Parts: sequence; C-alpha cells; structure tokens
Amino acid sequence: MKNYVVVGGGIASLGCIDGILENDREGRITLICGEDRLPYSRPLISYYLEEKTTLEKMQYRSEEFFKNNNIEVKLGVHAEKIEADTVVCDNGEKVAYDKLLVATGSSPFVPPISGLDSVEKKFTFMTEADALALEAAIDKDSRVLIVGAGLIGLKCAEGIADKVSEITVCDLADKVLSSILDKDCADLVKEKMEERGIKFMLSDSVEKFDGGRATMKSGGTVEFDVLVMAVGVRPNLTQLKETGAEINRGVLVNDKMETSLSNIYAAGDLTEGMDISSGTEKVMAILPNAYMQGFCAGKNMSGGDCVFDNQIPMNSIGFFGYHIMTAGSYDGELYEEKSGDSVKKLYVKDNRLVGLIFLGSVDKVGIYTSLIRNKTPLDTIDFEKIKKNPSLLAFSQNYRRKNLGGVL
Amino acid sequence: MKKIYVNEEWCLGCHLCEYNCAFAATGDKFMSLALKDKEIRPKIHVEDDGKIMYAVSCRHCEDAICVKSCISGALSKEDGIVKIDKDKCIGCLTCVLVCPYGALVPNEGKAVTKCELCTDNKCGEPACVKGCPNNAICFEERG
Ligand SMILES: Cc1cc2nc3c(=O)[nH]c(=O)nc-3n(C[C@H](O)[C@H](O)[C@H](O)COP(=O)(O)OP(=O)(O)OC[C@H]3O[C@@H](n4cnc5c(N)ncnc54)[C@H](O)[C@@H]3O)c2cc1C
Repeated sequence: MKNYVVVGGGIASLGCIDGILENDREGRITLICGEDRLPYSRPLISYYLEEKTTLEKMQYRSEEFFKNNNIEVKLGVHAEKIEADTVVCDNGEKVAYDKLLVATGSSPFVPPISGLDSVEKKFTFMTEADALALEAAIDKDSRVLIVGAGLIGLKCAEGIADKVSEITVCDLADKVLSSILDKDCADLVKEKMEERGIKFMLSDSVEKFDGGRATMKSGGTVEFDVLVMAVGVRPNLTQLKETGAEINRGVLVNDKMETSLSNIYAAGDLTEGMDISSGTEKVMAILPNAYMQGFCAGKNMSGGDCVFDNQIPMNSIGFFGYHIMTAGSYDGELYEEKSGDSVKKLYVKDNRLVGLIFLGSVDKVGIYTSLIRNKTPLDTIDFEKIKKNPSLLAFSQNYRRKNLGGVL
Repeated sequence: MKKIYVNEEWCLGCHLCEYNCAFAATGDKFMSLALKDKEIRPKIHVEDDGKIMYAVSCRHCEDAICVKSCISGALSKEDGIVKIDKDKCIGCLTCVLVCPYGALVPNEGKAVTKCELCTDNKCGEPACVKGCPNNAICFEERG
C-alpha cells in the first residue's frame, strides 16, 4: 500500500487526489491543508462579497468525499520541512510518504512601501479569510484604495463596488490587466469599470502612506479608510528550496510534473512550465492549469504514465457583466474585428493560431483556444472560414464524423 | 454509454432540434406558448454554410477539459454525463473558453447551460433526437 502525501489544499491538490483515485483506491492519501477549511474556490471570493455565492457553495468537495475515499485531511497544518521520505509539519507531526505532491500555491506579494505600518485597515485578497476580514472592515461609507490593477485587484473592486462609497485603483502600469490585455482592450475594460464609479490612477504608484492618506509618485494624494494590496503573487517555495529542488521563478517540473527530486512532484501556482503558445518557460498561475497539473501528477504518482504538455496561459473573466477572454501569446500577425462593445483579436504565427483576445461577445471561443492548445497547422483546416464565426465547419468531414458522429 | 451522435449527411438544417431543446427545458405543455416571441438559448445548435449542415451539442468528453477547468466546481461528471450545478456556477465562462466544440451556452449573468442528455428535464429520451425529422441526430451507443 502506497503512502501519498499532498501538501497544499488548493485546486492543484484536488486534481492530484482525483488523479490518484483513478489508478489506486487502496493507497493511503494524506492532505496537509494549510488553511483551516476544506478546499474551496479561491477565484470565488469576490463573488462571495458580491453575494453571488456562499461559503458553502464555494467548497469544492463535501466532507463525505474525503471520508468515502479514505483521505486523511489535516486542516490548518503546514508542512515545514520536506525530507527524503517524510514531511515534517508545524505541529510537530511527521508524515511518511512514498510519493509527495507539493502544491503550496502562491501568496500575495506586498512591497515594502514607506509608512505601510501606519495604515490601520490593510488587507490582501487571496483567501477566504482575506475576504471575510475585508467584508468586516468595509461599510457603505468606506473609501477604498486598491493598489494593483491586475486580475485580483479588479476582481476585488467589483466584489465590493456596491458595498462601499468610493474605490480608487492605482497601478504602476499604464493600463489595467497589463499582463493579459493590450492597451486598447485594457482601456475598454477600464471604461466599463469607470462607468460603475471606480476611479483609476494609472502609471502611478504609492510613494508613502501616512495613516489614511497615500502620497502618490505623481504628487497627488488619496484619502482612504481601507487599503487592499494586490500588486502580485509569489510562489510559495520555501520548503522545496530548502530541500534542494531546482527552482527558477517557480519550481521546475517536467511534463510529468516531476521536480528534480525523486518521488516529489509539484503542481499549480508554484510551478514554472512551458507555455507552448510562445515556447517560453513561465509561471502560469491560473486555475485550469493548476487542476490539470495536479491531475497529471496524481496519475503518475500512482503508477500511471501521463503527460501534460499543452499548457498555455488563458483567462476568462468578467467585470460587471462585460466578458474578457484571453489565451496564448500576442506575438503574431493580427486579425481584428470590432463592433459595438465587442472586440476580437486573433494572432497567427508560423501557420498556427498562437493567441486571442475577446471582449464582449464570447460565444464558442473554445474552438479557437483548442487550435492554440493543439498547435493545429492552419493549412490543414479552412481557417478563413472561421475567422469571422467560430464553428466546426473549418475542419474536415472526417474530424466531424469522429467527434460528432462517434465514428472511429 | 448512449450519447447523442449526428449523421451529417442526413441533416436538413431545419433547426427543429434547437426549438425542441429549448422547449424541453421549459417543462411547458405547448411549444407555441412556451417559446413565442422569446429568444431561445438551446443547448444544441446547427452549423450551416449552405452546403454542409449538422447539429452540435456537448460530447460528454472522456477527458472533459470543461470539468477540469471549472473554477467554481459547478461542472462534474456523473455516470459519463457532464453535469452543471446551476447553483454553483457564477458564469465566469471558463468552460466556454476551453470547449473545443463550442457546446456550452453563456446565459447573460446567469449560470451556463449545456446538454445533459435531457436527464435534467422530464423528457425521457433527448428531445432533439425525438423531434429530428430525418434521423440526423440519434441517441445510441457508438465507438
Ligand atoms: C481573487 C482571485 C481571483 C482569481 N480568479 C481566477 C480566475 O478567474 N481564473 C483563473 O484561472 N484563476 C484565477 N485565480 C487564480 C487561481 O485561484 C489560482 O491559480 C489557483 O488557486 C491555484 O491553485 P493552487 O492549488 O496551485 O494554489 P492555491 O489555491 O494557492 O492553494 C495552495 C494552498 O496551499 C496552502 N499552503 C501554502 N503553504 C503551505 C504549507 N507549507 N503547508 C500546507 N499548506 C500550505 C495555502 O494555504 C493554500 O490553501 C484567482 C485568484 C484570486 C486570488
């Protein structure tokens, strides 16, 4: 009987457990779960504040799931040290493993801004606990300053927009969502948010805090009651670093999710992997990849032979009902359409679709995304036919007979 | 397991499957009353370039990327059917971003909808199949 130990408690950990259970229902699985509640959906914390979901619904799996599958869950316990066949926990416990997954995710990065200590109500926005603390600190008169106009900062703004009196978002970059949008798309998103009363200070950053006042580099000031720091996240690599795993910006894994150390796998936000759309190694801290990496790791830990070799960055998010989809990389020849509020951009390079940006109308975008993930040579399909409207008409009749007709 | 399959060469492009699908979801008695003057968002759609036509609905993929990508835990696989928990879905549309068939249907501000082989209504056999006038859609075991 194998001992599987999973360290983390996010979606990558659940992916791993699912992968293990597909191969091995006899083994013993221990989940060392840093937070003191069962795995839940992190991206939903803003929807919780918006009252579009509840803490119960956010939980991914019921208590019975863990019980029925004989998974021992150690809630609120942190792995402190990883040894060759044992994990040492912060409560002194030692847990032996044959195969280990490290899926400790990432944590908010808070830059050392002068005077930060003088701010009374300051928060980050990553966990359920963060959301609950923020919820308790705000009321309808609160003026909120959010530092960081990335996905997390903007989601936070949307989540509390109807609950506070004023929101200002600042960012060093000259646009919102700078890691996934180009300037004209970013400006459209910004406009949509401005229509809902959110103020932006871009190309600007906080020079110093003085209680409830931020002095900006530009010279301006912002008075606020509540501060949210959302400048970015950093992978949680402490334990793997000490154990000697190969690390760059994230921990290096191959396409079987093995680290450089034997019997130790890693998955999720703390890994660095190959983005096949650009051919570069990067940290792609998004939920689908975290699950799929975890699943692949779980399969391999339990004797399977699984590879996950088509990762790309991809995001589907919306703000106040305005949808944004992005995938892949934007280095390529651009095909563009605009109508009303909707924007569509496709990027083609070397006979492949390598990236896309959609705003507004997003029906059937997955047909394009799969062309990116599968590296489909565009001269093997009728790409012209589906540049305007995505459909399966671009593919051969054989493709459709197989996939829609079930004929092998 | 039994799934919905299409015979492309028999499709007439009549779009009846779309209406029958939308009607089945209402649970009403009369189609004309249920659908009149309403914009329908069926879970099956016909693609048609004038020469080729066929219907597309969820393939209930073996290795369903929508389920693996769902950020809210609303999509799951039960007895081979990809199911959506409308209560959990917050409409982020990550499933729409990843589905290679364009089979999930966004629903303005609400939960995504998708084909669950009519296990989510009182129809019994899939409504699109029952109502197809030319057997271009069938519900059977294949491949
Ligand atoms: C507000 C917000 C919105 C987001 N929206 C989206 C979105 O729309 N789409 C998308 O794709 N992604 C989104 N993300 C990103 C997504 O949440 C992450 O990519 C995903 O959660 C990564 O999963 P993970 O399992 O790798 O790590 P995490 O979810 O970070 O989980 C890691 C867990 O490990 C625990 N841990 C850390 N150290 C230890 C230790 N030493 N011992 C034990 N446990 C430990 C942590 O407490 C944590 O619970 C969002 C994130 C946030 C914060």
